[in-house]
Amino acid sequence: MNKPRVKLPDAAKAGDLIEIKTLISHVMETGQRKDPDGKVIPRNIINSFSATFAGNEVFKADLQPGISANPYLSFFMRVPGPGEFEFTWVEDGGNKLVEKIKLNVT
Amino acid sequence: MTEANATPRLDRRQFATGAAGLVLFALSAGRVGAQVPEPAWQQLLKNLVGDSKPIEGKLTLELPEIAENGNTVPLTVSVESPMTANDYVKAIHVIATENPQPGVATFRFGPLSGKASAATRMRLARTQEVIGLAELSDGKFLLGRRTVKVTIGGCGG
Repeated sequence: MNKPRVKLPDAAKAGDLIEIKTLISHVMETGQRKDPDGKVIPRNIINSFSATFAGNEVFKADLQPGISANPYLSFFMRVPGPGEFEFTWVEDGGNKLVEKIKLNVT
Repeated sequence: MTEANATPRLDRRQFATGAAGLVLFALSAGRVGAQVPEPAWQQLLKNLVGDSKPIEGKLTLELPEIAENGNTVPLTVSVESPMTANDYVKAIHVIATENPQPGVATFRFGPLSGKASAATRMRLARTQEVIGLAELSDGKFLLGRRTVKVTIGGCGG
């Protein structure tokens, strides 16, 4: 789980509807595949993603193995005012990756 | 001598458990044969909606008609909603009816979301119907369906 990429508009006004696009590198191993010796490759996926803005929840996704490798997620927010996003990806086993990005509110 | 005595006792016990197991197996086999098992996705859908009847057609699923690569199929789900504090879409569940695990994702929204829409990329094991189920703040459910033809299946089968 690394290299999270987040795309936000360069600038937004309070009341604007903005789209947030996120992408992260991850194998999203389903737990259904077998290695050449016939042993099941254990499941290892990002099972949860969440986005908060200025401490308030905006969007959350519960993910299953049916989500493609390098999970891409896009969603919307009505800008309430100035603030900072906090994006959290959680892997099976509990490892977390947190990315904080300030939104340029004009 | 003790060994010789122990052996027949063990045999009798093994026979008894074996016979009981056979009877149980025959009983359960008869039961399974009597009714067709419900597909996993229908059970999942039932668990989500409970007794309420979802309204069909008010949820939009954007998916390609033909997916050449089932490992990465672009998906957008959306529902028309004012997304105010009293009237909003709480969640949208995505179900792939013919995947080994039909539950794909649940997107959760709130009044801050502004628009009940999300996009991702999903895996499809084979040609199948994909279902989107939205849960509204007033307890109602909306359902949308779309069939995708898959040329090369995903899920590493």
